[in-house]
Amino acid sequence: MRANCWYGKEDVRVDNVPDPKILNPRDCIVRITSTAICGSDVHLYDGYVPTMIAGDILGHEFMGEVVEVGSAVKNLAVGDRVVVPFPIACGHCFFCEREEYSLCENSNPNALMAEKLWGHSPCGIFGYSHLTGGYAGGQAEYARVPFADIGPIKIESDLPDEKVLFLSDILPTGWMAAEACDIRPGDTVAVWGCGPVGQFAMKSAMLLGASRVIGIDRFPERLRMARDGCGAETIDYSQTSVLEALKEMTGGRGPDACIDAVGMEADGHGIAAMYDKVKQTLRMQTERPTALREAIMACRNGGTVSVPGVYGGFADKIPLGSFMNRALTFKTGQTHVQRYLRPLLERVQKGEIDPSFVITHTLPLDEAPRAFRMFRDKTDNCVKVVLKP
Amino acid sequence: METLNTNVHGSAVGEPDSARRALLEPRMPQTARGRRPRASAAHTQRQPDNVDRLARGLGWFSVALGAAELLAPRTLDRAVGAGVHPTATRLAGVREMGVGAALLTQPDPEPWLWSRVAGDVLDLLMLAAASPGAARGERGRLAGATLAVLGVTALDVYAARCASEQPRSAPGAMRRDGSVRVEHTLSVNRSPQDCYAMWRDFENLPRFMRHLESVRKLDERRSHWVAKAPAGTSVEWDAEITRDEPGALLSWRSIEGSEIDNAGAVRFLAGPAGRGALVSVTMQYRPPGGALGAAFAKLFGEEPEQQVRDDLRRFKQLLETGEIPTTEGQPHGQRPAWYRAMGGTQR
Repeated sequence: MRANCWYGKEDVRVDNVPDPKILNPRDCIVRITSTAICGSDVHLYDGYVPTMIAGDILGHEFMGEVVEVGSAVKNLAVGDRVVVPFPIACGHCFFCEREEYSLCENSNPNALMAEKLWGHSPCGIFGYSHLTGGYAGGQAEYARVPFADIGPIKIESDLPDEKVLFLSDILPTGWMAAEACDIRPGDTVAVWGCGPVGQFAMKSAMLLGASRVIGIDRFPERLRMARDGCGAETIDYSQTSVLEALKEMTGGRGPDACIDAVGMEADGHGIAAMYDKVKQTLRMQTERPTALREAIMACRNGGTVSVPGVYGGFADKIPLGSFMNRALTFKTGQTHVQRYLRPLLERVQKGEIDPSFVITHTLPLDEAPRAFRMFRDKTDNCVKVVLKP
Repeated sequence: METLNTNVHGSAVGEPDSARRALLEPRMPQTARGRRPRASAAHTQRQPDNVDRLARGLGWFSVALGAAELLAPRTLDRAVGAGVHPTATRLAGVREMGVGAALLTQPDPEPWLWSRVAGDVLDLLMLAAASPGAARGERGRLAGATLAVLGVTALDVYAARCASEQPRSAPGAMRRDGSVRVEHTLSVNRSPQDCYAMWRDFENLPRFMRHLESVRKLDERRSHWVAKAPAGTSVEWDAEITRDEPGALLSWRSIEGSEIDNAGAVRFLAGPAGRGALVSVTMQYRPPGGALGAAFAKLFGEEPEQQVRDDLRRFKQLLETGEIPTTEGQPHGQRPAWYRAMGGTQR
């Protein structure tokens, strides 16, 4: 089959590789009809996530048709149309029983490696480094899906792929980030990063009852999308001081909740940004936490900082004094996608959300290398790429 | 007799008394000093930290004093009031620096702490020797120096004694008698009874213990084990169950005269407030060929500590999910040469 493989920093290639096989009784094989490039794939592309090995198949946002099921999978049949959640979860461990699927204790075969870096291991993830299991990803014609009786959701309506594909990751990720803000009437939510996850976080915050949503970015097309698609107000951080602007907009108090939908490769400006760039390049820190620092400083006293943006290792100069003295709450985590699949699918079916508004490019799988570069560099007003195997 | 102490969950809720006294019994050779097991979990957890901190403190003290003795022996000698002997003082400085460096870098502080005690005794002897010839003006300083050394000696003796009380080696390390012992605990989201049942059927063991080729039941208590050994060989032995408390405890050992002298015990404790089970495994074995054999085995990637951890994790996966998650056999692109050279395992 054709698959988009990682070969190093800024080097991905679509190669011929063997087809996946059923390896365990609870596996299924999906013939992929749509797959997407995630903002977090850019961290792999730019070489900032350790434990990638040349030849790894990328991709964790995919959907398709079941073509084979393992002997223990009773809820799926060949021919079913499914969306596959990016976290691999067993459904029976302590965390899965609490619906904290991304913390599954069993799905990461390389848990030991993650324990060394992070203390404990999260779940396994498709196509996302060997720290999270080294599972072959879904930017391919076929994928093997472990614990297929727990993860994939059947799509029985005739909704097009474009409207349900993002249930695999970014829609629930934006939703969970907004849900974590415990939004009450009158609340203002500020969102750093108007990429796809930021867009869905803004949209979700509105649906969850926020009075105002403020999107922060510097790309005009993304800011426009935030205004038009999510009803947000916007701040262009290349033009204004974000902290000052947020204070002005909230009467000095700050947003009730701040969402960092940027993660480890934040752009920034000034001395601090240069410092981060140098340290990250020298591998003295793994993150450029500009957005996180700002989110903490901006948040109102007693507010919530919600972090769907991906971080990998260690960061410098996090304003812990601000965080502690002002009684902030931190909410983070890889998304418990399985928990949100059904309720969000219902909202999509009812027309409350049409997630396809973030898609700017649809390309054949073979164009993945070009698509990665375009998405990373945000050329051609690229916000979200869907690949068709 | 070496007992299996319960240091990991000594105060776990509902732990039966019998489990607390669980034995890794008889023929496992006893440790050289035959120490009693530690009194409580808190004791074992707190003490090594304190000893470590004290040893490091004394290490820095040694380095500082050694530096002073090396760089300014005359000033120091005059301050002590024992006459000026720069060469002797410099030699003492070299000794201090060496011991200090060892205390700061070596994993086991005990021998170095005792060597500090020996050094203290030497210093006291030198002070005593200097005493008769000391001038009147020097007497006070000499007495002060002697008191200071006595104080440091007391601290050194205390630290050395604490260190000698500590377990001597990291888990999985070779013990003095050449045996290797590993303990590990993992929570499993199933009842202690379910966990026990899976383990009690010894023929299940190779499903999660990767180094085992097979275990065949001979009768209710005895079984025949075949394990993979380095370089594609295998070893076999018969084992017998030594204790069997359904839902709580299981222990076994190889029978007399086995090629590999080994024993194991596993306890199944109820997790707090019905949260599944805590499964606590202890394995002990004496590798053929003693220390050399163990070192040889490690060359082939057989880390006992790691092995028990991995085995227990697979046990949990098998019980909770019905299978062992894997990526072996999945597709991938062209792997780099170093990866293929390592055997291309999915790690």
